[in-house]
This record gives sequence, structure tokens and C-alpha cells, in this order.
Amino acid sequence: MSLTANDVKKIAHLARLGIAEQDVEHYAKDLSSVLELMTQMGRLNTAGVTPMAHPLDQMQRLREDAVTETDQRDHFQTIAPQTEAGLYLVPKVID
Amino acid sequence: MNSQWEAVIGLEIHTQLSTKSKIFSGAATAYGAEPNTQACAVDLGLPGVLPVLNKDAVRRAVTFGLAIDAEIAPHSVFARKNYFYPDLPKGYQISQFELPIVGNGHLDIEVDGETKRIGITRAHLEEDAGKSLHEDFHGLTGIDLNRAGTPLLEIVSEPDMRSAKEAVAYMRKLHELVRYLEICDGNMQEGSFRCDANVSVRPKGQKEFGTRAEIKNINSFKFVEKAINHEIERQIDVIEGGGKVVQETRLYDANKDETRSMRSKEEANDYRYFPDPDLLPVLIEDSLKDEVRATLPELPDAKKQRFIDQYALDNESATTLTSSRELADFYETVVKASGGEAKLASNWLTGDVLGALNKAGLEISDCPVNAGRLAGLIKRIADNTISGKTAKQVFDKLWNGSDSADEIIEKEGLVQITDTGAIEAIVDKVITANPVPVEQYRAGKDKALMALVGQIMKETQGKANPGEVNKMLIAKLKN
Repeated sequence: MSLTANDVKKIAHLARLGIAEQDVEHYAKDLSSVLELMTQMGRLNTAGVTPMAHPLDQMQRLREDAVTETDQRDHFQTIAPQTEAGLYLVPKVID
Repeated sequence: MNSQWEAVIGLEIHTQLSTKSKIFSGAATAYGAEPNTQACAVDLGLPGVLPVLNKDAVRRAVTFGLAIDAEIAPHSVFARKNYFYPDLPKGYQISQFELPIVGNGHLDIEVDGETKRIGITRAHLEEDAGKSLHEDFHGLTGIDLNRAGTPLLEIVSEPDMRSAKEAVAYMRKLHELVRYLEICDGNMQEGSFRCDANVSVRPKGQKEFGTRAEIKNINSFKFVEKAINHEIERQIDVIEGGGKVVQETRLYDANKDETRSMRSKEEANDYRYFPDPDLLPVLIEDSLKDEVRATLPELPDAKKQRFIDQYALDNESATTLTSSRELADFYETVVKASGGEAKLASNWLTGDVLGALNKAGLEISDCPVNAGRLAGLIKRIADNTISGKTAKQVFDKLWNGSDSADEIIEKEGLVQITDTGAIEAIVDKVITANPVPVEQYRAGKDKALMALVGQIMKETQGKANPGEVNKMLIAKLKN
């Protein structure tokens, strides 16, 4: 499977990555060869192998339902570009 | 709806699980806190943090799965759903895609006396996003991340509903169930129970589904019905006008009673799900299932059937009384405390009590007349101490004060006159004093009797039993 320049632009947009126009072809080629490697692996016979969701063969540990965090808003907001009335302010988005 | 068309509806319902802390962090989930005071480093998606799954969120999901007779996945996986929005700081929502925790189940609804089984495709755990406030912050948007990370169970139905009415019945039933199970507080104003509806129409008899539109975030039972009905009409109009329904997300505007297209994002469905490497697969052992099963409360359908069998209630009363666990418990307490007056207790609860609560905008848990005091009143009706009419007076006093029914009856002198001699004297007196209606009645005008009964009740200050008075009066007039 190979990616077109348009595929690359679409993926970059979805991931909010800015890429230079002159690099698009280059990315298309590199990403296509990654996909080619996947295709190669896909040819292996994996009948009878259970798909893994995680490389570690372990189960998720669970925590008790208890509030352990305290309010650190002021501390967290020191790195925010803009805040008001306790809110983080961001460029307007209406959906 | 035009009868040539059939609607096909499926609902996705987001229920906030009522855990104390968030699904992946130890921050509090309490509603109404100051903005961002319950958003910790994990909820903010700061670099280097790791999610740790809340045991009670898992437990609540299993509880729900068992209650709808669903398969509980022995092995379930969390995935990242990738999209960018300011109230989702990580750039992805932790959700489940393949291998959700709850698989195929079902819920039975009742519409117009018919029972219908609605399939539930799946229910999966995920984290809620924060809230965007678009009020004017100098042209900027304010973000409150207190809600970010609150556990949600998204319950996805099969497209099994055929009318807005069925959709509302399903939504109500689910709402009742999650509250019975005490896994969600069901508070719709606070957004604890939210609904998206997938709606399409097709010519009657056609097997294939039409193109569907998704209506987002409908937060009351009333709006669900209106929004779906509106959308069905809209789609029929589009098709009959020679157009095509487009697959899109629409927003319901309650003020205008219409749905409108949300700005379409062509990549909206391109979420690029993949298993979250920060979380290992969740294993649900049989022992957990057994443990949860042992703590399941009596479910609404079973309770309703038991009420019908045990208390000889009709379907309608039993449905009303089991519509919430609190109301059902209240009813059973009254029955017990009144010495088994099941029918009277049902009539009073479904009638006067719910009526008064409704008028006052109160829930049964806030009822000024508790079960014990109501039972006190019912006992006095049952043993004929007071008439049904007087009982309403006593109820008003119970509602507005703190005296018991017996105290009110005694203070106000409301004891029903059971001395037949005393009633007879009054009946005779009224017959003598009212020759005109007496003659009219004897001449065959049955209505005239009412005037006489009214007079007698007035004379006795409502303390005579109207049935007795009636009987006695007729007997005397026929002589």
C-alpha cells in the first residue's frame, strides 16, 4: 500500500502537524515503506495466535475509588497563557 | 407521521457513573465545584502522567451489564479516540472501541400496553471531556476541566425503535434502571444522563436502512420526543421533495423546536482509534461477576411483577409505584406500617401524594409526609374512623404540619359518626326541612338526592360516611 501526497496532508491535518509543501513527497515515500513493512508482517501465518492489545502480558491493576488529589489550580495555571475566573482561556471555538 | 414511512431509531446514552473519584485519577467528581479545582495533572494531560483505572467504575459497568443480561467481556481493552478540542487536553479521549466491557444485552419497554424488547449492542467505559464556556471572555472561550475524566458508561442500543414514543420509553426505562442500580444519579440538568439519537426513515416494508442523521445532546425526555419527531418529519420532507438525507450530526434547538446541521467536519469520523499503550487489558474474573450479582437489587421489572402479585395492584399503579426505588420502598413501608392496606396505600400514593409532590416540585425523598405518618392516616381510613373526604383534610394538615393523623383527628374532632341513631336524626331533619327536593326525588328525579346528601354532609361537618347516608336516605324516601 502506498500513500499519496493528499493522504499525507490529510493525516498531518488530523494530527495538527505542520509540514512544508516540499517535504510532502518525501513523507509519502517514507510512510509508504512503513506500511510496506506492515504488509510484509501481515503475510505471516498467525492462525491460532490471539491478538495482543498490549506488549506486556499482564492485567490492568485497579485503584480504589477514593479522592486523593487536592486542589492545585493556582499552581497549574501558572503555566497557562491566559486564565480568568478560574478558567483556562483559549481562542474561540464554536461547534 | 405519514404512514408510508417508517422511522428507525437507535440511541446512544452517556451515563456518568457516580464514583467519588475520576476514572483514571484521584480527583473528585463532585458537581458544581469552582472551575478547575477538581482537575489534577492527569485530567489536564500534563506530560509524564499515567492513568490508573478506578475499580468502582469497572464494578458499576459490570453491574449494568448483569442487569441487562449482557455478556461481560472477560478481557476488555481501552483505546484512544483522537480528536482536537480545547476541552480535551490530551488530544485523545480514553474510550473503548474493540472489546468493550459490556456486550450484547437487552431491555424490555412497554408502549401502549405492548411489551417490546430493545437490543443493547454494547456499553463501554470512557472518560468525559471538560466544558467549554462560550460566553464572552473578550472573544475567547473559557475551559473548565473539572468534568474531564469523569467516568462515563456509553450505552449503545440496536436500531430497534420505530417511533419517538418508543425511544422515550427506552430512555426512561434505562434512566430508571441506572438509578435502581445506583450506578448513576440520573440528574439530567447536571448532565449525568445524556442522549444522542440516530434517526433514519425508510419506506414501510423496505429492509435496508435509510441514511441516518445523529442528533446530539438531547437532555430531557420531552426534548428527545420532540427532537426525534421533528427529525423524522424533516427527513420525510427531504425525500418527498426529491432530495437525499445526508449523513451528518445535527443539534436540537429546543427554543425553535428544530434540528440544524452542525458545522460539518469532514474528518469527524476519522478518530484513528488504537489501543491505549498506557493501559493494560482489563480482566473481569468470574469471582467479580459473582460478587456483583449477589449485590444486585431487585430490578424494576421484577419488582413491578411482585407488586402485582403480592399486593394485587393493577399494571398501571404497579408501574408508577416502581418507577423509582425510593417510591417503591416508600410504598412498601406504608403498606407494612398500615397493617397491609396495599390498595389504599397505592391509591393514596399514586393519587394525592404524587399529585401534591408534583405540584410542589418535590421528589418522594423530600415528601413532607413520611411513610409512617401516611400509614397513620391510612389506618384511620381503613378502620372507618374517618371518611375518605375527611381524610383529604387530614392529609393537608399532615402535609403542612408535624402532627400525626391521630393527633389531627382528635384536635379537629373529625371522627366519623358511626352512631346510626345520630345520623338518622340528621337525615330526618334534612328531609323535613327540604320538601322540594324530597318531592322531586319521589317524582323520579334522581339528581335531587344529591342536594339532600349534600345537606346532610354539611350538617355532620363531613363526618358521616356518604355511602351510609345515601343508603339510609333512599330507604327513608322510599317509605
